[in-house]
Amino acid sequence: MNRYPLWKNLLILGVILASLVLAWPNLYSQDPSIEITAARGTEIGETSLGEVRAVLENAGAPVKGIELQEGGKLLARFANAGDQLKAQDVIENTLSKSYHTALTQSADLPGWMRALGLKPMNLGLDLRGGIHVVIDVDMDAALDQALERYIGDIRTQLRDDKIRYQTATREGGSILIKFNDAESRDAGDKVLRREFRDLQLQVSQDNNQFAIQANLPPAEQKRIKDFALEQNITTLRNRVNALGVAEPSIARQGERRIVVQLPGAQDPGRLKEILGATATLEYRLVDTEHSAAEAVAGRVPVGSKLYYERDGKPILLKRRVIVTGDQITDASSGFDSQSGTPAVFVNLDGPGARRMRDVTTENVGKPMAVVFIENRTTTELVNGKPVKTTRKVEEVISVASIREPFGRRFQTTGLDSSNEAHNTALLLRSGALAAPIQIVEERTIGPSLGQDNIDQGILSVLIGMALVVLFMGYYYRAFGMIANLVLVLNLVMIVAVLGMLGATLTMPGIAGMVLTVGMAVDANVLIFERIREELNNGSSPQASIAAGFNKAFSTIVDANVTTLIAALMLFSFGTGPVKGFAVTLSIGLITSMFTAITCSRALINRMYGGKRLKTLPV
Amino acid sequence: MRVIKLPHFNFLSQRRKAMVFSAVLMVVSLLSLAVQGLNLGLDFTGGTLIEISYKESADLGEVRAALTQGGFVNVMVQQFGTPRDVLLRIPPEGDVNDNELSQRVLKALNAAAPDQVELRRVEFVGPQVGKELADQSGLAVLFSLIGILFYVALRFEWRFSVGAVAATMHDAIVVMGVFSVFRLDFDLTVLAAVLTVIGYSLNDTIVVFDRVRENFRKMRKGAVVEIMDQSVNETMSRTIITAGTVLLVVVALYLFGGATLQGFSLALIIGVVFGTYSTIYVATAAAVVLGVSRADLLKVPKEGAGADSLP
Repeated sequence: MNRYPLWKNLLILGVILASLVLAWPNLYSQDPSIEITAARGTEIGETSLGEVRAVLENAGAPVKGIELQEGGKLLARFANAGDQLKAQDVIENTLSKSYHTALTQSADLPGWMRALGLKPMNLGLDLRGGIHVVIDVDMDAALDQALERYIGDIRTQLRDDKIRYQTATREGGSILIKFNDAESRDAGDKVLRREFRDLQLQVSQDNNQFAIQANLPPAEQKRIKDFALEQNITTLRNRVNALGVAEPSIARQGERRIVVQLPGAQDPGRLKEILGATATLEYRLVDTEHSAAEAVAGRVPVGSKLYYERDGKPILLKRRVIVTGDQITDASSGFDSQSGTPAVFVNLDGPGARRMRDVTTENVGKPMAVVFIENRTTTELVNGKPVKTTRKVEEVISVASIREPFGRRFQTTGLDSSNEAHNTALLLRSGALAAPIQIVEERTIGPSLGQDNIDQGILSVLIGMALVVLFMGYYYRAFGMIANLVLVLNLVMIVAVLGMLGATLTMPGIAGMVLTVGMAVDANVLIFERIREELNNGSSPQASIAAGFNKAFSTIVDANVTTLIAALMLFSFGTGPVKGFAVTLSIGLITSMFTAITCSRALINRMYGGKRLKTLPV
Repeated sequence: MRVIKLPHFNFLSQRRKAMVFSAVLMVVSLLSLAVQGLNLGLDFTGGTLIEISYKESADLGEVRAALTQGGFVNVMVQQFGTPRDVLLRIPPEGDVNDNELSQRVLKALNAAAPDQVELRRVEFVGPQVGKELADQSGLAVLFSLIGILFYVALRFEWRFSVGAVAATMHDAIVVMGVFSVFRLDFDLTVLAAVLTVIGYSLNDTIVVFDRVRENFRKMRKGAVVEIMDQSVNETMSRTIITAGTVLLVVVALYLFGGATLQGFSLALIIGVVFGTYSTIYVATAAAVVLGVSRADLLKVPKEGAGADSLP
């Protein structure tokens, strides 16, 4: 008795081998590295690899390895942080026009491991240093903005349909449109009902007042909020990418929050400035009747405004805006089907499309400009108090001729490269923050603290483990050593599963591992104590092994399930680091059941199963 | 080797004394929690926390002077871990999200001691976020308890369930009570520890209850209290060994895990000790007081169907 069938042994062996392979990458040291991405107008390929390598070697910054990565990135590895910083300086000084750099860390894995897609565990910000911010999106402002937009659209619509109205104003959370008489009110009601299906319209019953009240129904409110949040996430992602931080993470949290994590970043001030910038886009006609040079000299014609292009060239644009960025529903990049040149395809919402059609019909052959508007806020200390100054930056990012009238969907050509088309589409899609934001939580961890945390974490895992191993070996002898073996295996499995799930290891996560070491032996203790009891009751060694495992099983499951419930609650309610703890604890509990019950049983079966035994070393 | 022989203590005969002891613990803990509350950490209150490291031992007086110079009056300065590390705490002002405060504080400190200060960590939590987190945490504890109550009721019998949850709450309250009485910093990691204690305490209780159930089925005679005592005694060596191994690692974490995890490991140390005690004197005693009987358990269908599938 006490033998496992071959398939079971093979299965266990397979799981163990898989865990070892999955956990293996964590044994490689993390090299200081630089991630190199292409600047506007360049593309990364084999040539850039050679170029960067040559520049670095000439400057005496020895590269340990440099390789092309997916997504048009280069990764250069260095032996130490000194070389890494030196290399960044070299690249920034000599190649800054073509490339952007970001400091990062990467494991020096052998080729076959990378080919298999094996990766070490992600380290949390508390272990590698970095910035974590939580951003709150002002949803009231998002709704207000939406209402204002509707008011503008309603006015235009009524004017277009030649319906006379007194006022259209915002009253709290709704829009109030007042008319002179019942006739125009009813006409307005008809038009608005046809054109604004998203709004809830109500004709005022008050006979002295001819008015229509428009409300945002809950579904529409939710759509506006979701859109604002998604839009802000996209915008923030683009801005964060501009910061040059490797592996940034931007994620939605709940209904109105966004979490931004920047591993390795150390300057929260710069991050906040970039995140806080509010930008938008506008389409305007170019004033071709007047000269821009005269406008620069101070003679700006009425109805026009002087702008500058990105290269500093002055340009005169009409004051009247055709469409603004928040009327753009989508934008993508591609190629013009006729000329084959890079193009940006833009989609407008209904009112925007109508207006665009009207304007372009009247202005075929004339140039139109895209203006990028940004409010950059900087904070400076004046007499110990922070003073915010906001500077409005307006740049013309592209000028193109109107070839034919267009409306909802159109393309903009005249861009330098497909890369620029791509960037412009990104900008159009997400150039503006849909709603104001506020940073409500910030955690910055310096790199030295991160390293200390790793060192202390590893030290406490090792010490805790050594103590447990010594005790178990001493108290349960050979069986104790089996428990120790499966304990180590359990740690390996936790690491493997964490890597597989792409989970992030945090300091509390390490605490979870330490705790798992202590609790994982519990299952073995339960089993061994049972075996001892059975032996004391006079059962044969083989029967005692079987009874010990069988009787302890339901106890172990019950005990672990309850802890798992607590861990799941932690996971669903906790944030950031606490989630990390809950994850490692949960994984540890589950893997410990496999290692402590199945693996130790397999080992015991292998060593003692089917033999005539007088005593058991337990 | 075998250190712990099968003991024969009449644990439950001492249950009245234990009840008095537990009652005193509860009253002191709850009183302290009600009167002075928990010394809630930044995670729950909001505010700014800055950990800095000086090249040489830091003089807290000088740090304070530099801060006053810079116009920061409401800053709590304390040593953190080593003499070179300093922790600054700035409470939130009303509902204002001043996320740039930390940069100004660092500027002031750098001005006073150029090239001496290294930023280790900045944590800023807006007051609103803190409040939400506090609410959510309360819910997390509540839902864990409900979930556990439900599971135990499903697997055992309602009297055991009440006993188990009573023991668990007892431990959670004691841990929070100790943090309240000694004004220790109660942050998010300590809360995680409290929830872990809930899980651990229950784990311990269930092992004993499992044995009680088994013994009720096996031993046809004997009073309820005797069977309970017998079960506690039979599982005693396991209880001590497991509590021992967990304590080994948690103490290692307390001593070597660094200052950020000290509150966490302390909460676990307290929790493990009281979790073991409460298994015997709160969980079991509560089940006895509630009048658990053999018949209650025998109604439950045979457990551990999974165990039978093992060869």
